[in-house]
Amino acid sequence: MSETTPADRLPIELRTEALEQLLTERGLVDPSVMDKFIQTYETSVGPMNGAKVIAKAWTDPDYRERLLADGTAAIAELGFKGPQGEHIVVVENTPQRHNVIVCTLCSCYPWPVLGLPPSWYKDPAYRARVVREPRVVLAEMGLELPADTEIVVRDSSSEVRWLVLPEQPAGTEDLSEQELAGLVTRDAMVGVAKVKAP
Amino acid sequence: MNRIADLGGTEGWGRVKTPTADEPVFAQEWEGRAFALALLSMGRVSGRNLDAFRHALERLGRPEYFDTYYGRWLHAAELMLVESAILAPGAVEARARKLRGEDVDEPPVPEPNKPDYAPTAAGSLRTVEDAPRFAVGERVRAKDLEPKGHTRLPHYLRGHCGTIEMIQPAALLPDTHAHFLGENAQHVYTVRFDSRELWGADAQPFALSSELYESYLEPVS
Repeated sequence: MSETTPADRLPIELRTEALEQLLTERGLVDPSVMDKFIQTYETSVGPMNGAKVIAKAWTDPDYRERLLADGTAAIAELGFKGPQGEHIVVVENTPQRHNVIVCTLCSCYPWPVLGLPPSWYKDPAYRARVVREPRVVLAEMGLELPADTEIVVRDSSSEVRWLVLPEQPAGTEDLSEQELAGLVTRDAMVGVAKVKAP
Repeated sequence: MNRIADLGGTEGWGRVKTPTADEPVFAQEWEGRAFALALLSMGRVSGRNLDAFRHALERLGRPEYFDTYYGRWLHAAELMLVESAILAPGAVEARARKLRGEDVDEPPVPEPNKPDYAPTAAGSLRTVEDAPRFAVGERVRAKDLEPKGHTRLPHYLRGHCGTIEMIQPAALLPDTHAHFLGENAQHVYTVRFDSRELWGADAQPFALSSELYESYLEPVS
């Protein structure tokens, strides 16, 4: 193994372990706090939260109105708040208008309702291209929109976070709120997919 | 600002990744550790400054920036810790080599030299006494700024005209906060642009909105 050439990059796993050790032995980081952060985002903060918000909006017209008027407050009614959720704006997708969310500068994403962003959202191709040719990008992701649907791309460049209220699929009017929540996907709440009927 | 992170409209990236429904939050164990370390490290440098963390991300070299997503986070956390002398330069590298059995000397722990700075409140939302300069429906231009430091004004919007769509809650200004130089709270606007204004007459027709701080904008006369 060559020791000092620039090509000799340390494996990132090893670098991570080294940093954790350095900070832990000086009491600057508590590994049990790290475990808690990891577990929180692996198990309790994710798109299942957003799905509950959307299902409630589909079944409760008053809630829908509150959600579109003040997303942060309506989302907090269901107990969802925290980092990356200081101010959440909810926009409705309709057959006439389709919103799609991106962060071209980094990876801003509404954590309390969607959790941590998926790899495609953080990928340079999505960040670079969806603000320039959204219709092509959405088609590559499997969403073909009718030519007369207006596309609105939302580039999250401040601490405002966006959540898409997708269209409720036809034929699901009789489903319960809980059943509807099971249909709502992360991708639909970012605007790169539609919710499908079961 | 180094353009490495300012990707909007740049070309040559190929196809987008196809979403998969069952992607794990952290594909490998170290990614979760790096995520947590970055969040906690931020809190060790003068007030959990997320803008300073973004600025650190933007100053990484290409290999570090594109060293996977959480690799990027780890490198930026390390940069912030070294800059505030919580870690010595080369400390992580030396410890990592030691971990894999190499015989290396580790640098001594330095005397921390953190920015003398504290946010006035948690989070980024602030109160601004002055009324917003611009009204919903008003035409504005994103200034053609080229700041040396951090900014949240994407390149592809600079010099282009749009319309104020919404007035968002006022917030501290990342351009100064990222450098520990003050909060300078400002009004924030969702500004809507037409794709042909941004990309020329041949662009696919669509609308694009972005949240821009008041000092990024000027009236269109």
